Amino acid sequence: MLWGSNARETHPIFFHHVLKGVRAGARLFVVDPRRTASAQWADVWLGLDVGADIALANAVAREILHAGLENRAFIERATTGLDAYAACVEPYTLERAERETGVPAAAIRELAHSFARADRAQICWTLGITEHHNAVDNVLALINLALLTGHVGRYGSGLNPLRGQNNVQGGGDMGAIPNKLPGFQDIEKDATARAKFDAAWGVAVPPTYGWHLSDMFAGMERGELTHLYVIGENPAQSEADAHRALALLGGLEQLVVQDIFLTKTAAMADVVLPATATWCEAEGTVTSSERRVQRVRKALEPPGQARDDILIICDLARRLGHDWGDVSAEQAWNELRSLSPMHAGMSYRRLEELGGIHWPCYDEQHPGEQFLHSRLWAEDPAARGTLAPFSVVEQEPPVDELTPEFPIRLTTGRRLDSFNTGVQTAGYRSPMRRGESLDLSPEDGERYGVADGEVVRARSRRGSVEVPIRFDESLRPGLAFMTLHFGDDVMTNLLTIDATDPKSGTAEFKATAIRIEKLPATVGA
Amino acid sequence: MDLHPIDAAPTPEERAAIDLVLGLATSGWEGGERRPELDGHVAYGGTEQARSRRHLLLPALHAVSDRVGWISRGALGYVSQRLSIPPAEAYGVASFYAMLSMQERPRTLVHVCDDIACRANGAEDLCAAMERTDLGPAAAWTRSPCLGLCEAAPAALIQRSGSNHGDPWPAVGKATAETLRDALTTNPSPPATFVKRNVAPSLLRRVGKVDPTSLDEYRAHGGYQALRVAVGLGPEGVTREVKDSKLLGRGGAAFPTGLKWEAVAKQPVRPHYFVCNADESEPGTFKDRVLTEGDPFALIESLTIAGYATGSDQGYVYLRGEYPLAHERLRHAIEQCRARGFLGDDVMGEGFAFDVELRRGAGAYIAGEETALFNSIEGFRPEPRNKPPFPVERGLFGKPTGINNVETLMNVLEILRIGGAAYARIGTPDSTGVRLFCLSGCVERPGLYEVEFGTSLRELLALAGGVRGGRPILAVLLGGAAGTFVTPDELDLRLTFEDTRAAGAALGSGVVMVFDDSVNLGDILLRIARFFRDESCGQCVPCRVGTVRQEEALHRLAAANGSRDRELLLLTEVGQAMRDASICGLGQTASGAILSAITKLGAFGGAR
Amino acid sequence: MTAIPVGPPRRLVELTIDGQTTRVPEGTTVLEACRSLGIDTPTLCYLENLTPVNVCRVCVVEVEGARVLAPACSRKAEAGMVIQTDSERVRLSRKLVLELLASSVDVSLAPASPGYLERYQADPDRFGDAATVAQPPKIDNDLYVRDYSRCILCYKCVEACGVDAQNTFAIAVAGRGFDAHISTEFDVPLTESACVYCGNCIGVCPTGALMFRSEHDMREHGTWDETQQTTVDTICPYCGVGCTLELHVQDNEIVNVTSPLDHSVTSGHLCIKGRFGWQFVQNRPSP
Repeated sequence: MLWGSNARETHPIFFHHVLKGVRAGARLFVVDPRRTASAQWADVWLGLDVGADIALANAVAREILHAGLENRAFIERATTGLDAYAACVEPYTLERAERETGVPAAAIRELAHSFARADRAQICWTLGITEHHNAVDNVLALINLALLTGHVGRYGSGLNPLRGQNNVQGGGDMGAIPNKLPGFQDIEKDATARAKFDAAWGVAVPPTYGWHLSDMFAGMERGELTHLYVIGENPAQSEADAHRALALLGGLEQLVVQDIFLTKTAAMADVVLPATATWCEAEGTVTSSERRVQRVRKALEPPGQARDDILIICDLARRLGHDWGDVSAEQAWNELRSLSPMHAGMSYRRLEELGGIHWPCYDEQHPGEQFLHSRLWAEDPAARGTLAPFSVVEQEPPVDELTPEFPIRLTTGRRLDSFNTGVQTAGYRSPMRRGESLDLSPEDGERYGVADGEVVRARSRRGSVEVPIRFDESLRPGLAFMTLHFGDDVMTNLLTIDATDPKSGTAEFKATAIRIEKLPATVGA
Repeated sequence: MDLHPIDAAPTPEERAAIDLVLGLATSGWEGGERRPELDGHVAYGGTEQARSRRHLLLPALHAVSDRVGWISRGALGYVSQRLSIPPAEAYGVASFYAMLSMQERPRTLVHVCDDIACRANGAEDLCAAMERTDLGPAAAWTRSPCLGLCEAAPAALIQRSGSNHGDPWPAVGKATAETLRDALTTNPSPPATFVKRNVAPSLLRRVGKVDPTSLDEYRAHGGYQALRVAVGLGPEGVTREVKDSKLLGRGGAAFPTGLKWEAVAKQPVRPHYFVCNADESEPGTFKDRVLTEGDPFALIESLTIAGYATGSDQGYVYLRGEYPLAHERLRHAIEQCRARGFLGDDVMGEGFAFDVELRRGAGAYIAGEETALFNSIEGFRPEPRNKPPFPVERGLFGKPTGINNVETLMNVLEILRIGGAAYARIGTPDSTGVRLFCLSGCVERPGLYEVEFGTSLRELLALAGGVRGGRPILAVLLGGAAGTFVTPDELDLRLTFEDTRAAGAALGSGVVMVFDDSVNLGDILLRIARFFRDESCGQCVPCRVGTVRQEEALHRLAAANGSRDRELLLLTEVGQAMRDASICGLGQTASGAILSAITKLGAFGGAR
Repeated sequence: MTAIPVGPPRRLVELTIDGQTTRVPEGTTVLEACRSLGIDTPTLCYLENLTPVNVCRVCVVEVEGARVLAPACSRKAEAGMVIQTDSERVRLSRKLVLELLASSVDVSLAPASPGYLERYQADPDRFGDAATVAQPPKIDNDLYVRDYSRCILCYKCVEACGVDAQNTFAIAVAGRGFDAHISTEFDVPLTESACVYCGNCIGVCPTGALMFRSEHDMREHGTWDETQQTTVDTICPYCGVGCTLELHVQDNEIVNVTSPLDHSVTSGHLCIKGRFGWQFVQNRPSP
């Protein structure tokens, strides 16, 4: 089940593996507002309305329970909170779900029955689940389905968030998140681990969680955050509600940007530290979506004054009074291995020999784990450990409401040949690239009196952009699509809303209410 | 699948023709009208569904071609969308077949045969006359490989498009430019084949005597008695009789039919299929056409028996695209049999199911190779598959499949009528029963001759009245283009599997083509070489390039250009590589006739 | 430790190749069995990450008792098989296959070609003024060049574009016989086809018929020099799947990107971003 993921375009090689399964007889369900390239491969595409994921997931759960297809043995052994969950999903009848999602009840029923009856089933998702104001609830709703059916902790089953960059997972692994130390050791809850780091680093780690990105912008707004050091990120273009983001970045006392490009953000910076492209101008490791740690290697001498990120940070430390010497990537990695048990067995030599290792890998004999959570199936309660809780989650519509004034739901995503804000992919000449457009159903084109290719003004409650229309038959009336790839031409994020999920800090890029305004005809053109 | 659609729409006429075969589209996604409210929220599909519909590709392409005469971008795009077939693949399939055109062309196309039997009967003169004939803007003519009308040489077939339920395309025998021009506006009657049977159990017993459109007539002349016997024997009993008869396949490979049936019946994988190979395209062969046109119910009955014996409940007949009359007769007969309970869920009330689907080829000799034929039915390019695995294990749709040609199958009716042991007593010990021979070329009475195995070539020629005009024989081609030439010294050769094998020849598909001393043998050999070059599927290197190099060498020999020894060495080596290393029988036999003519007949000036 | 299902154990079958007896697991191809014995068997249309199509026939071997030769790449080893890989018949067929190909196709950029031709004493010129597939290269986009005068019709690109990897089906074999060729629908340019420029067809092409524009242009300018190239493995930056990229570097510039055939993530296949999206690290202002 691909839910809110257009892996065909965003994770093409992962999708090769999906297709191997499909060719071998696997059934594929795709849940997505658009009938994407991925959805076109599906046995059933469920084209839900944007932001109706929980209504759909809860209805699937209710149908599984009413049909008696839940995995009782697993639920009793491995989970807690079924009763409250069952009570929560009870009102989500197929009829209600059809009303709230737009998907015919029969298709929802088929999904429920197929998923529950499957010998092995996986749920994979991407930003279609997480770029919502209730992102964490969306994820919990999918976890609930896996717990209900026992499709977790076994070979071939499970839950897979597909990562959008080569080291999103690795960033979290390394502690580049507000609440964890490297190796997912909790800053507040795990005092022993914190003490270990205190001792190793010779400095007390602050015992409280830090800020995630949205907290930081809130901190800037309150005037509490005045200095910002940005490494390899382009918030001036990637943040929702760009007007606000630009204003806040502009109001900082000091902005330091370390990047391989002079991005929009770097252009605003007081100090720019030119860095190397880690994947081809430096040594190190990255962690993939499947928790596989692999080596990146230096193939090119970096241009000009660009320097390895590690060396820049070492220099910065030196200026701040801590001389770490010139640390190599492998030295940094070996320090991590000494502090993060799940990485302990991954020497550079083994990573080389095995072509990468999946964490956890506790010692140099450990082959790494192909999948997680098998403990939940253990007979022995001690081995089973903490049980997995069902979560009570309710449907909430997107924050940016559709009204007669803003009647069109704009959702965003990526295209195959481009990447994020386009600073890297703009470097090569893709024959498929055609620039930004506001993709719209032909029916809406007729309804709003706009033609294919016509440049219009798309306006949301926050801003507006001029953008050409492109008719796309994979969209239904009322649904429009744009990317964030061409910010220099069309700043899509002037439209999007920064309503963010309180738990993850992710903004609701996927659900904006817009209207289309025709531009005044230009004379003679 | 995330198909990239072709940026062109079908015309209403094309769409209607395709919808007639495929039914109306069930959603906007499938090419029907967009229904945004419903289609916008759900779509059903998947690779399994696409796989299960792929076999409709060739029928859909035929429908378009029959209606408008060619396959436009819009039509191919619509077929692709309806069947979830990538347009590039659909194009790859469509562009394989000689009878399908990817360019617009006149709605009537006259196929003038210039193949070997017709060459010996003035085909080149006919083509020259056609060059001078004005057919008007709505018609054109083209040269064609053998049309299976060799007994009426020179022959032509008029391919018409337009209506969906018109009369079968007319075939014209003893054609002249005038008769062909006249045939554009009239419906000439099909040439009558001279048929002679010289045997008691006979496959031809009803041909020409019993109305081929009447099931009742068929039954009144012994029809469906064999199936009654079969049901009494049970599936194993039927196979036992066929084994006892020592029937060998008549398509060229001479494989024991009973063993093949037994092997299919034993396969645990289900379903099983049984296919009748009616794609006879070997130059000089027309027997299966005569049988199918003349006794279509017998074909259905024998196929039903084969299905019963092998545990197959679905049969297919794959018929040459150049046989429109046979197609019409068979289509009608299948309809009759369904209506009267001789096909369907409960055949003759005997508690077993069997049905037959009729498929049309579209101009490809190679589609007669059994695995290429499966690919053609499945909607892929008719390229032969590598063997093993053999069809009995993995055949049509990857399932255990029995496949026999028309003549082989029809023998089963006679076997069940008289008993396998009695059948085995006819003919010789190693070549039992009766055999059909297609006599053409320079004989007095070309036609279809049915004799007991053991008859000599001389006796057979005598039955046909000898050489036309009493001229001396130059050579006889046995087995067609894939066969071997025999010399006038070899006329006492007994036409059995074992005797021909011992003589370094083969019976093949039963072609006996006689050339008298007025025929330019080099010209015949060049035509054979061109035939194989044109009909090679192009898949494997030895055949794809070897057939071209063979033709080039023959042209150099014909022009007496360069060293004959060098060319002979080259032909021999290319021939051996084609024979040893080609994937299928086409490449393996593409040099046989030519090398035999050079070595045995001294073609191109060599010593005999 | 987590449990991962494994298939049932495979039986061993014993066969004899060139007089050596060997035991291989059931399902092993003759080619694999030959390689395990160190018998060098030429291949052109075979590649480890694709389904064998056995069309080039350069790997044919003689199986005792069989009427015709068998393709080693797809023929499964059977118990009791007796195989000759260097008999006169085998050598003749291999020689002819090489001569037929080299006389009709420009194989000058096929890395395997010179060695094979020499080994089998093939003389492609002996066919005289023979038909060829010569034609101008198709250059219809900035990433690929398709020079079908170098195409031996091995089907690898069709397989890589199709079910064996990419499942895009932008190309197929069209026409038949000597006119059979790799084609988009109605031979439209790639830019109008289903092509998504993953380059997986280039990755499997054995003769240089499909080529990176970067390589093609460097060859045109005479700057392509494989002796000056190094290869470094790294991980693609563009998503979280973790595809290994082999960066081919000449003069501190990436000139080509491939992926190892045996890499469990990619099986040698990439997407447009991984294959071509590297230009940004070297779009440098000229000095």
